[in-house]
Amino acid sequence: MADTIDARIWRGGADGRFETFSVPRRASQTVLDVVTYIQRKLDPTLSYRFACRVGMCGSCAMTVNGKPRWTCRTHVARLEDGPLTVEPLRNLPRIKDLAADMAPFFDKWAKAGGRFVPSTDAEADFAIVEPASAERRAADAGIECIGCAVCYSACDLVSWNPDYLGPAALNRAWTLVNDVRDAGNADRLDAVAGDAGCHACHSQQSCREHCPKSLNPTASIAGLKRATLRAAWKGGP
Amino acid sequence: MNRPHRAHPAWWAFAVHRASGLALTLFVPLHFWALGTAIDGEAALDGMLRWTDNALVKFAETGLVVLLAAHMAGGVRLLAVEFLPWSDRQKTAVAASAGVAIAAGLLFLFNVTAA
Ligand code: HEM
Ligand code: SF4
Ligand code: SF4
Ligand code: FES
Repeated sequence: MADTIDARIWRGGADGRFETFSVPRRASQTVLDVVTYIQRKLDPTLSYRFACRVGMCGSCAMTVNGKPRWTCRTHVARLEDGPLTVEPLRNLPRIKDLAADMAPFFDKWAKAGGRFVPSTDAEADFAIVEPASAERRAADAGIECIGCAVCYSACDLVSWNPDYLGPAALNRAWTLVNDVRDAGNADRLDAVAGDAGCHACHSQQSCREHCPKSLNPTASIAGLKRATLRAAWKGGP
Repeated sequence: MNRPHRAHPAWWAFAVHRASGLALTLFVPLHFWALGTAIDGEAALDGMLRWTDNALVKFAETGLVVLLAAHMAGGVRLLAVEFLPWSDRQKTAVAASAGVAIAAGLLFLFNVTAA
């Protein structure tokens, strides 16, 4: 194996181009290590995002060899052979180099009713939520989301309908639908039932396929489809 | 042409479902038009049926049966994904619906060639 990596890195905004850098190969090297090496040693003007380096913050996601991935935990040695290609995430505006504009992604969390609505005041005692209850388990299944937008970038429905709320925001809404302490479900189900909400999903499952936390937004969205239909049946919105 | 983020069975199943759904939308009116010729009298229907004796037409009909079976099996799979509790055997489900479609096509082909 060659002792250098040919790294094709996206430079510029929407109408940018690829620039190839030669980076020394190391043991246990991640894609984020490659990008950081370029910025520290070869071209300090390279823009990209990261924070924790250990898969907790969700800020380092990029398109690597055509697939959305978290770069801090993607090992170069385990990727496909050939040159390494790194671009910003799909389905988001490109700001510069590897940094995508995350604003539309997080705006949709708010639009999907992603905010917790307390049902008691701050003086109330701790709520007791049975760990084995169906609601608690459904919320647990989706709660470890790190907000990396890998799923959003993998989803064709987001590419085809820019207003579609997308897998992460809907997964968040589903965890709150199952949060027994929350009082916002009427508005939340209303917010996710529209044209650009859960019923726009075609269960292609690219979100589930690529989520680095192995979460299952497809199942969460299916839960919302059932919950919104049930609400409509009962004479809801 | 296909992009790497789509390289998994559930995406291909989606592509087949859409393509078969669109093809059926074109074909089903044609099918009812053919049945409608029966109302114009036996002669017209017989003419139509003679036309369908042609091997090429049989081959095309088999394709349509596969499309309908693929669309139905895929549709049932999607309804299961969306209305039943989640199952982690998604690849199996995609493979099973593909199997149903191929089996339906083969059965049809044997029947029309045996007749
Ligand atoms: C016979 C049983 C059938 C079942 C169980 C079925 C089921 C379904 C389901 C569940 C969908 C939604 C797919 C999605 O969410 O992506 C769908 C889409 C569709 N179906 Fe069917 N269908 C059937 C028959 C037909 C027939 C006979 C036609 C044509 C006349 C047809 C045309 C379509 C079309 C055009 C779509 C849209 C495809 C898409 O959005 O990707 N279907 N079908
Ligand atoms: S399952 Fe739904 S949300 Fe997930 S990638 Fe597919 S269309 Fe998008
Ligand atoms: S659901 Fe998974 S892929 Fe999507 S933002 Fe959360 S952690 Fe990332
Ligand atoms: S840098 Fe925090 S998840 Fe990758």
